[in-house]
Amino acid sequence: MTAKVGVITFPGTLDDVDAARAVRYADVEAVSLWHGDHDLSGVDAVVVPGGFSYGDYLRAGAIARFAPVMGSVIDAARKGMPVLGICNGFQVLCEAGLLPGALVRNHKLHFVCRDQWLRVENTQTAWTTRYEPGAEILVPVKNGEGAYMADEPTLDALDGEGRVVFRYVGGNPNGSRRDIAGISDPTGRIVGLMPHPEHAIDALTGPSDDGLGMFLSALDALQGAPA
Amino acid sequence: MSTDTVKHAESTPDTEQPWAELGLKDDEYARIREILGRRPTDAELAMYSVMWSEHCSYKSSKVHWHYWKENTTEEMRAKMLAGIGENAGVVDIGDGWAVTFKVESHNHPSYVEPYQGAATGVGGIVRDIIAMGARPLAVMDPLRFGAADHPDTKRVLPGVVAGIGGYGNCLGLPNIGGEVVFDSTYQGNPLVNAMCIGAMRTEDLHLAHASGVGNKVMLFGARTGLDGIGGVSVLASETFSGDESGTGRKKLPSVQVGDPFTEKVLIECCLELFLEGIVVGIQDLGGAGLSCATSELASAGDGGMRVELDRVPLRAEGMTPAEILSSESQERMCAVVKPEDVEAFLRVCRKWDVIATEIGEVTDGENLVITWHGETVVDVPPRTVAHEGPEYHRPFARPTEQDVLQSATPDLLPRPSTSDELRETVMTMISSPNLASREWVTQQYDRYVRGGTVLSQPCDSGMIRIDESTGRGVAAATDCNGRFVKLDPYTGTQLALAEAYRNVATGGATPLAVTNCLNFGSPEDPGVMWQFEQAVKGLAEGCRELGIPVTGGNVSFYNQTGDTAILPTPVVGVLGTIDDVRRRIPTGIGNEAGESLILLGETREEFGGSEWAHVVHRHLGGTPPKVDLAREKLLADILVAGSRDGMISAAHDLSEGGLAQTIVEMALIGQTGARLVLDPDMDPFTQLFSESAGRVLIAVPRSEELRFTELCSARGLPWRKTGVVVPEMDALEIQDVATFPLAELRTAWEGTLPALFD
Repeated sequence: MTAKVGVITFPGTLDDVDAARAVRYADVEAVSLWHGDHDLSGVDAVVVPGGFSYGDYLRAGAIARFAPVMGSVIDAARKGMPVLGICNGFQVLCEAGLLPGALVRNHKLHFVCRDQWLRVENTQTAWTTRYEPGAEILVPVKNGEGAYMADEPTLDALDGEGRVVFRYVGGNPNGSRRDIAGISDPTGRIVGLMPHPEHAIDALTGPSDDGLGMFLSALDALQGAPA
Repeated sequence: MSTDTVKHAESTPDTEQPWAELGLKDDEYARIREILGRRPTDAELAMYSVMWSEHCSYKSSKVHWHYWKENTTEEMRAKMLAGIGENAGVVDIGDGWAVTFKVESHNHPSYVEPYQGAATGVGGIVRDIIAMGARPLAVMDPLRFGAADHPDTKRVLPGVVAGIGGYGNCLGLPNIGGEVVFDSTYQGNPLVNAMCIGAMRTEDLHLAHASGVGNKVMLFGARTGLDGIGGVSVLASETFSGDESGTGRKKLPSVQVGDPFTEKVLIECCLELFLEGIVVGIQDLGGAGLSCATSELASAGDGGMRVELDRVPLRAEGMTPAEILSSESQERMCAVVKPEDVEAFLRVCRKWDVIATEIGEVTDGENLVITWHGETVVDVPPRTVAHEGPEYHRPFARPTEQDVLQSATPDLLPRPSTSDELRETVMTMISSPNLASREWVTQQYDRYVRGGTVLSQPCDSGMIRIDESTGRGVAAATDCNGRFVKLDPYTGTQLALAEAYRNVATGGATPLAVTNCLNFGSPEDPGVMWQFEQAVKGLAEGCRELGIPVTGGNVSFYNQTGDTAILPTPVVGVLGTIDDVRRRIPTGIGNEAGESLILLGETREEFGGSEWAHVVHRHLGGTPPKVDLAREKLLADILVAGSRDGMISAAHDLSEGGLAQTIVEMALIGQTGARLVLDPDMDPFTQLFSESAGRVLIAVPRSEELRFTELCSARGLPWRKTGVVVPEMDALEIQDVATFPLAELRTAWEGTLPALFD
């Protein structure tokens, strides 16, 4: 059985072609999922990509979480299907209650697009097993509402349970609490991050190919390779 | 209240009409009456007045268009699939790919309301590209602002940048370059130009033609509202005098408001319609809205069209036919579709939640007939609206002050000569607003989306991959040094062309075609008109010499505050192609172990209009650098050959700020040290700061040095080994002048714009 990873397109999704390309670069079949469909087409994992779903005029991700496809994703995720939310996808997963906390406007109030160093803090999740513990990777970050916020007990719990998956190093681009760039659910199957690993799969078009490891990790998880 | 119908107009020939308030001259109004054989209705008057405006009709500039025709050879024409007169020019880049690109101005709205003015400028140019049948792939923004430290620049610049980012980022289009230039002449009149590049398979080219009797006219996208109506509101107050308090009569600002989400969905919807092959003709609704779209579609097709205006979906109550026709509400398109395809068309629109309405059909008549609840309110020959507007022969004359300006040369300005003075000059220059890092601006734009960007700011040109299977890509650059154009409009415009052409080649791409955005002061000033005439002539003749066609362009006049015009700013955009983007040439040094620095081209003592004269002495006078287009062509050939054969590991063009600026940027971008060794036979100041054209500094792997320099010598391109890359040194050393730690250079270069605008 070959693994299949679904990539959701909401109206206003922008990085779906990039996410699908990254999935293919990992030698996994990418399946396009439409926001209005309930059917997940038999995929083994889902990427919720970046963009401005439904325009995000209200609050990033606030409408997308009610899309028919998200109902199916939430059900499947609760049963253990690996889900990755990137940028707007991270915002959607937080709005959907699959991940705690929220993403708010960047501290300098500008959209910021830059190459960003991240430290991989947890290499046990479904999306990070290919990295060495503590590895530093260079991937683009680009967002206007990327500052991760949660109350102190939640932040303490995330830290304490090893659920901070990525942390900004060499400067925090958006004012995120505790330099958090990405987190996971308690099972490590659901991961969300603001930076864009799908834009760092080839040094020709990105700052590095450091992001490819996330998609290769998912392949391992789906094929049951020892983590 | 009653609607001013054609019947009513015929029976009331003597009704006073506010044609002067709408910007029409008395002879223009008389001509409209002559064309129609009666007075125009309010709706017709609204259409003619917007379509005959300077912005839409090019009435002051088109008398000079003969220069394009005279200077386009058959060979140049052969590369074009669509040229001047279409929504955007289209060129064939090989492998079955066609690329379309265009620049447009949104200057005046961006001064009034920087965020929305700039945002809707992006939206408009993107729709022009979709209207050719292409997928928009990237945007670039040539910008000009007043003095960097003027308080109003702090209002305008952050708003413009946020608007471009806010709209463009939401469309999922990478922003791959542009310009940010400060000069006090732009204080009350910033320039916000927007360029978009798109690609399609050659067979998918769509033109704005309404052909085929019985075909349906579909309006789709956003609803039509009262925004952006501008001058036509005069008609409303005339027609509805005493009704100001009524609902929906509230005057909205004349700058339109953009909704990028609607545009993003509209893009995807259009692309799916193209894919299904159900679009006969398509036109975007930009300036002059439905007036423009219906008259241009009909005029370029078989001529006849009937439109039921009351079917247009509205977002305000009580809009008059004239208002609906001239509304500039954003995110709307108009398509012509065969009757049997209407259902399929509506199905695709429903999928994307895009409102689509059949508003009329192509007829076998000769007129564009528009009805309003069954009564005819417009009955006009569409060509007279869209293509046969007035043409002015405005007087033009070289101003007498031009001699004074040219004789005030920079030759006697005090120059730095000691090491300390030269060092201080380097630091002053790299931190000056026009030369400092643009990162504060460009990091507000998404340059990664769609995964095809291989070069973007701070490189000389932007480059994107078009075809993932072959690696074929396109590059583009926009340039203009308004000071050079001011000193000599003919030469200055050719210098803009030369620089954009060189910048495309510096990335390794072969220049292919040209577009432009000609920003000038008032055409009613003979001196400005002379600048304009010289610029068009210079650009057309320059393109002929380079053998690349002008595929389209845009003119923006009246860029002035009182009697003071902006620096004449004919922004030139050059598009190039590259077989495989993996062979692009990066800007930063340090990509290979052991690189030599080689300066291509000749350095002369040329400081007229230079950044040094501007920054250090606030001086503008003399003549601009010499331009030698045959040399530029040779230089480009060698850069492309060097990229193809892997002989060049980095390249950066020399322009504002000269060699000093170029080597500083190459070192900082590459995060690598270098040693520059100047020519002992020429004074260091000239070598470091002259702005002679036709020069590029390149890094060559030592193993390729001999092969490359022999190529240059054999082809007759002057070159000089100017230094070496020194990876183990965290500094730039200019031998016998000074050493600059990279950290010190970075602080100076990167600190300026954040200090001004954060």
